[in-house]
Amino acid sequence: MSQVGLDIVVCVKQVPDPEGPSSSFTVDEENVRVVTSGIPPVVSPFDENALEAALRLKKAGGGRITLLSAGTKISNPVMLKALATGADNLVLVQDGSLDYSGTDSRSTAALLAAAIGRMDAYDLVLTGRQAADTNAGQVGVGIAGFLGIPAITFAGKIDIAGDKVVVERVLPDGYEVVEGPLPLLVTVSHEVGDLRYPHIAEIKRAKEIPVARWTAEELGVDVKGEKVTELVGISAPRISRRCELVEGDTQREAGENLARALRRDGVL
Amino acid sequence: MTSSGEHTGVLVFAECSSGGNVTRLTREIMGLGGELADLLGEDLSAALIGSGLQEPGRELVALGAGRVYVADDPELSTYNPGLYVPVMRDLIGDARPGIVVFGHTPAGQDLAPRLAFEMGTALTTDCVKLDIDAQSRRLLATKPVYGGVGLGSYRSDKSPQMATVRPRVGREREPDPAAAGEQVMLSVDADATGAALRHVRTVGEEAEGVRLEDAPVVVSGGRGIGGPEGFEKLEAVAGLLGGAVGASRPPCDLGWMPSTGQVGITGKNVAPDLYVAVALSGSSQHLSGMTDSGKIVAVNNDPDATIFTVADYGVVGEWSEVVGGFTEALRGLLSERE
Ligand SMILES: Cc1cc2nc3c(=O)[nH]c(=O)nc-3n(C[C@H](O)[C@H](O)[C@H](O)COP(=O)(O)OP(=O)(O)OC[C@H]3O[C@@H](n4cnc5c(N)ncnc54)[C@H](O)[C@@H]3O)c2cc1C
Ligand SMILES: Nc1ncnc2c1ncn2[C@@H]1O[C@H](COP(=O)(O)O)[C@@H](O)[C@H]1O
Repeated sequence: MSQVGLDIVVCVKQVPDPEGPSSSFTVDEENVRVVTSGIPPVVSPFDENALEAALRLKKAGGGRITLLSAGTKISNPVMLKALATGADNLVLVQDGSLDYSGTDSRSTAALLAAAIGRMDAYDLVLTGRQAADTNAGQVGVGIAGFLGIPAITFAGKIDIAGDKVVVERVLPDGYEVVEGPLPLLVTVSHEVGDLRYPHIAEIKRAKEIPVARWTAEELGVDVKGEKVTELVGISAPRISRRCELVEGDTQREAGENLARALRRDGVL
Repeated sequence: MTSSGEHTGVLVFAECSSGGNVTRLTREIMGLGGELADLLGEDLSAALIGSGLQEPGRELVALGAGRVYVADDPELSTYNPGLYVPVMRDLIGDARPGIVVFGHTPAGQDLAPRLAFEMGTALTTDCVKLDIDAQSRRLLATKPVYGGVGLGSYRSDKSPQMATVRPRVGREREPDPAAAGEQVMLSVDADATGAALRHVRTVGEEAEGVRLEDAPVVVSGGRGIGGPEGFEKLEAVAGLLGGAVGASRPPCDLGWMPSTGQVGITGKNVAPDLYVAVALSGSSQHLSGMTDSGKIVAVNNDPDATIFTVADYGVVGEWSEVVGGFTEALRGLLSERE
């Protein structure tokens, strides 16, 4: 495996924009699901960070980037935009059953690993540290498990040094440096940096990239059979409180009154 | 160790702080694990992996572990999945617990999925609640989904059932120094040279003053603070109150605050007596990390900001003015008390 020309697979999941206003998310307790309206789908933010990490590695050492996404209805513009940042290939695994409650971490990992296994080559597989909808942080490690390759989680920085990958793994109070061999899976955190914007010319190039479309059946994965967890209930967090608005003749005075109110109530 | 076909009992993955005692989160999940074990009428045990573990072993017995499985070896002093996974896998294979509980820590978040995938079992991460489903007697694990917009509850038929749990979810139990419990030393063959991953070094960014996670008061700033100078003003307030400064994600991404100060679903989970949220809007991702706080104060120039819906006290206005007045009045009030 030469340093020039790493084959990098980036797993990108399409999710409803997590930065959309909370009013566009409704918890449907009866049907055990979250319904969204009026917000566009996006690539899950940490997956964008993973793609950015891949683009930097490609710039430094050359190589190819393949985007891999599984889901029910994957939007063309969303994937096109991701491709246009500088990726080379796109593999989609689409199927009506691959929605939030039809899959779990294990079945998703099995499916993505089967897709990666079918690719011509892979040296480095990148995923987000966690998807914005599941907030699970499991699929990356799971893919590595199914592929039988090592995994490093929560990368804030990824470098290639010879035939090794050097990762700064983000910790609550700093980071640790961990080294692993290729092929390797790394899950990526936002410290890596934001995804760059595509150039107009790149969008044109991206439109010409042929999309490989595979199905779970072709990949030989029984998604339902791999599932080990069931989502049995969903509720909206009950966190609203009654807010006492503290006022004053000036904003400064309002601030002073805030201190007095807290003292009055024994908070301070 | 006896192994039968049945999976029974609750096993807690215990972690130690650099000081050599079990962490607060470990004490919390020992409490939580104890509640689950009581509900099931089964035993509580703990797994302790590391180096120099006599004292924490005794602590775990006092916290209610009938058995503490100890893997003590200098090679195990820092978390390394290549060494920890086999120890836990063998232990789970022999002890056959029905439930395994981890803290949602860097080690727990890394170790638990590896074990779950290897054993073909189910894991729910980042849980805010663990319960036993009365009917099926299976674990019900509840966690934020869609960035905290919803709380999803998961169940599995596979054993052992595993979960990672956030700080401030479990209730610590009073340690009982007279509690009976045995420590079982696991034979370990720890040889890091064979592991695929090599831990090179740890780089700490020790925050000065009170730790965010332990602070009785947290003063957090958001994007509206506008720059690092603003955070110095928040430092002054936090200093007066014996608290720590936190932030929403944008100030961390923009470098106004170290990333270790981030509060929220991908940052720290805090529950101080008083949380002061300044110039942050109250995204679900941020709320997910602080709404268990005792009292919540919000300062924001937008009266419709979501943060007011979760606050007990609110001031609508330009933050620098409001916080200026607040700081001054606070100085007065605090000197009065002395
Ligand atoms: C997967 C994922 C994970 C995330 N994890 C986290 C996380 O852990 N923690 C987190 O915090 N965020 C997280 N985020 C980001 C989150 O979605 C929001 O973008 C972020 O919390 C917004 O930060 P903010 O409230 O500071 O900024 P904004 O939403 O921009 O709010 C700024 C607020 O300041 C007010 N303001 C502006 N100027 C002034 C002034 N002069 N005086 C008074 N008020 C003023 C405005 O009215 C506004 O309400 C995550 C996002 C994603 C997608
Ligand atoms: N359906 C999917 N398609 C592509 N990648 C995915 C999918 N689901 C999960 N992933 C990847 O796995 C990461 C972790 O997901 P999760 O374990 O669900 O939090 C995500 O950030 C993605 O990189």
